[in-house]
Order: sequence, then structure tokens, then C-alpha cells
Amino acid sequence: MFKHQQSAHCESGVTSSLLNHSGLSLSEPMVFGLASALAFAYIPLVKIAGMPLIAYRMPPRSIIKGVQKQLGLKMCYQTFSNPEQGMDELDRQLDQGRIVGLQTSVFWLPYFPDAMRFHFNAHNLLVYGRDGDDYLVSDPVFEDVVRCDAASLKKARFAKGALAAKGMMYYPTQVPQSIDLASASVNAIKKNHRTMTGAPLPVIGLRGIRHMGKCIIKLSREPNKREKYLPHYLSHIVRMQEEIGTGGAGFRFIYASFLKETSKALNNELLAEAAEIMAEAGDEWRQFALVSSKMCKGRKDMNGEELAALLNNCANQEAKAWQLLKQYR
Amino acid sequence: MKIDEVPQDTENSTYGDARKLVYAVDEHGDFVGVKSSGWVVEAEATQSALNLIEQQCDAAWQRARNGETAPLEYYMCYQRMDLALLSQVSGLFQWRIRRHFRPAIFKKLNHKLLRRYSEALGLGIDTLQQLPDHPLHGRQAHV
Repeated sequence: MFKHQQSAHCESGVTSSLLNHSGLSLSEPMVFGLASALAFAYIPLVKIAGMPLIAYRMPPRSIIKGVQKQLGLKMCYQTFSNPEQGMDELDRQLDQGRIVGLQTSVFWLPYFPDAMRFHFNAHNLLVYGRDGDDYLVSDPVFEDVVRCDAASLKKARFAKGALAAKGMMYYPTQVPQSIDLASASVNAIKKNHRTMTGAPLPVIGLRGIRHMGKCIIKLSREPNKREKYLPHYLSHIVRMQEEIGTGGAGFRFIYASFLKETSKALNNELLAEAAEIMAEAGDEWRQFALVSSKMCKGRKDMNGEELAALLNNCANQEAKAWQLLKQYR
Repeated sequence: MKIDEVPQDTENSTYGDARKLVYAVDEHGDFVGVKSSGWVVEAEATQSALNLIEQQCDAAWQRARNGETAPLEYYMCYQRMDLALLSQVSGLFQWRIRRHFRPAIFKKLNHKLLRRYSEALGLGIDTLQQLPDHPLHGRQAHV
């Protein structure tokens, strides 16, 4: 029997559910951490509705691929150029009793609250059965299972545009029944340490966080951007940090949870301490969101320097965590 | 964030009736998933993005009403797309779509092109051809 579990984030949630269903019990934070998925990137060249791309995690599909590599799973991925074929193949797998992961657009899913419907093509969900014209869907960011009619699901799977899913469906074909957490966690944390501190570009990792602060200062000094553009820009940052299923504070709480869970499993003090520092970094991010929201709404004077200082707090706090994690072997 | 600090702001929540999972610390310092019915800070950010879309939608409706653009532009905004996205989804160049926004040209558009727009926007061809009496938002359906 398939058991739905609610998650903070779609991709780590789907991965965790698929693994649990295949007999390997791994929580959402463990999946996220072992995939080395924590990141920060500020990419003004790529625009989302006219705003720079801001990401608190690695790009879509890297969680499932990261876990696959780290744990040695075997996965089957399929994309389709013909939507009918894509739906037929889904039916075929469901009829064999498989639980199937799908990449979809958010906009065309009928069960999403209206305020959450945006054209984002890299949402992940699980389909666990069919009932007449409806597909039985376990969408990990929802509390309970939902239903989706065939026409809408087809539209969502084959929506075009950036990150188009092309009907992508996936399922594990071979799952190990136990993992060597000690070595997997060392590798995963080492890799994540490189992303956060060693990227050659100033817009990635800890430097990226500080860079975003500088951009805010710059915008706040431009008279024609300060009034209208800057509030939208700040709202955009907050949305990327909180709205899109990050578990709070741009995945920092999920990552802290991974560190803590691993520290308990391996009885490791260093990881427990790093978890605490990372959670404090998350609190700093929430503080940044709170203050920038006040400034956008005019409950506080707009002050770019203050916001940049708050972001530097986040970066400093995360730097402390990574310094500690560098010693984890 | 401790469990009792997880925001439960139901007023103006953008989640509908749903609750979202966030991670917080319990009394032993362990992390647990906690359901949150909303955080006003997040809701305001989402609302700000939605307001921007609705303003564009209303403006496009007004211009279509005045005969300065075709209903197509209004429906593009209604479906929360911009020109760049509609171009990607329909496979038509932006300059072509912009040309189709001219009411005289839109009126003469052939069935094949109308079907492409209809599929890209997920709206019927009949709908696309007429402007509603008022600009609509979100899931309010055009009949």
C-alpha cells in the first residue's frame, strides 16, 4: 500500500516517498542533505518574469540525481515527444502497480490554490493509481492525496517553456535496502562545502549572498528604481526563499535537520553543533524576509544598507557552519 | 525557529485552505516537520507578484476595450504569461505575436493560428475572440 507523506519541498519529498515505498526509509531532510542540494545562486542573466534568478538550492532534477549517485540507486527516466504516448506509458506503469514520479508545470494542476499558480515547469509529484478519468496523485507539498483529471495532467506534463518537462516520468528500478551513512554523509557534505565556499563565480554560494546585498544597496540608490522596482525585487527574493516549498528560510532549516539527524545516527557532536549554527542562519534569513517585507509595505523606511547588513549576517552565520563542517570526515 | 514560532497566519493566506510543511526545532533540539497555515511576510510577497499581474491584466483589458490591442493580449495576462513565455509556449516569434495584438490583424487570423493560441493558453477559440465585460482574475472562468 502506498503511504502519502507531506513534505516541504516537491523534489526531495517525491524522492523520499519513492525510496520509502521501495523499502529504504529515508526522510526528506536526509534526501536533501545526501544530494548535496543546498546552494545559493544569484543569476541576473536568467530572468523569471523580469526578475533575476535566485535559487537557494541546486537546479531541478539534481536532488533525485544526487541521491541516485550517492546511494547507488538504479532509476528509469523517460521523456516523450508525443503526449499521447507519454500518457499511455504512464497508464502502463500504473497498471503494473508502480508508483511513478512526474515532472509537471504548477499552473495547470487544478488542485493548486489560485494564488500559488505560476508558470513553473519543474514541479514534482507522484501518481499512485487511476480511478476512471482521474489520476490519484500524491503531491508531496499537500497535506493529503489529491485527484487530477487526465486532460489537466497531460497539459501539466507537457507544458512548454523554460525547464519544460517533456512529460518526464521516473521510478526506481533497484533500491539498496541499507546505506553506509558515515561515508555517504562525508562525501555529500564535502561536495556541498565546495558549492557554498569554493565556486569560481562571485554570484554563487556565500559570496553570492553578499553580492545580492550589494545589488540591493545599488538599487536603493537609484531614484527611478527605488520606489517601484525595488519593492517588487525584494518580494521576489522573499518568494524564492519562502513561498516555493523550501521548508522555511530557503532550505536552511531542512539542511540543519539533515545535519542533526545524521549527528544522532552517527553519534557525532560536530554535526550537532553545525546543525545548530545552520538553524541560526535560517533564523537570520527569516529576519531578512521580515524586515524587507516591512520596508516594502512602508511600515519601515527603505534602507538598502540595513538589508545588505542582514544578508551579511546570513552569510557570516553560514560561513561558521561550513568552517566547522570542513573538519567533518 | 522553534515549533511555537512557526507562523500560523490564516488571514490573507495565499495557501487557500491548505497548510504547508516547514521544519522547526522541538524542545530537545531536534527538527520536526510542522504544518503552517501561512506567514504574513510570505503572503505579502506572493500578493505583490499577483497584484502586478492583475494590474497588467486590467491595463490590457482597458486597451482592448479602447481598440488599441486584441483580446489576445488580455488573455495572455489573464493566464499569467508574458510575451516571452507565450512565445516559448506557442512556438511563435515575439514580433509575430506583437503583430497579432493589432486588432485588425487579430480579427483576420486564420483558424490554424487561433488554435495554436487556444492550445498555448488553454482557452477556447470562441473565448479568445471576445473580450469579457470586465477584466477577470485567477480561476474566474470566461464563458
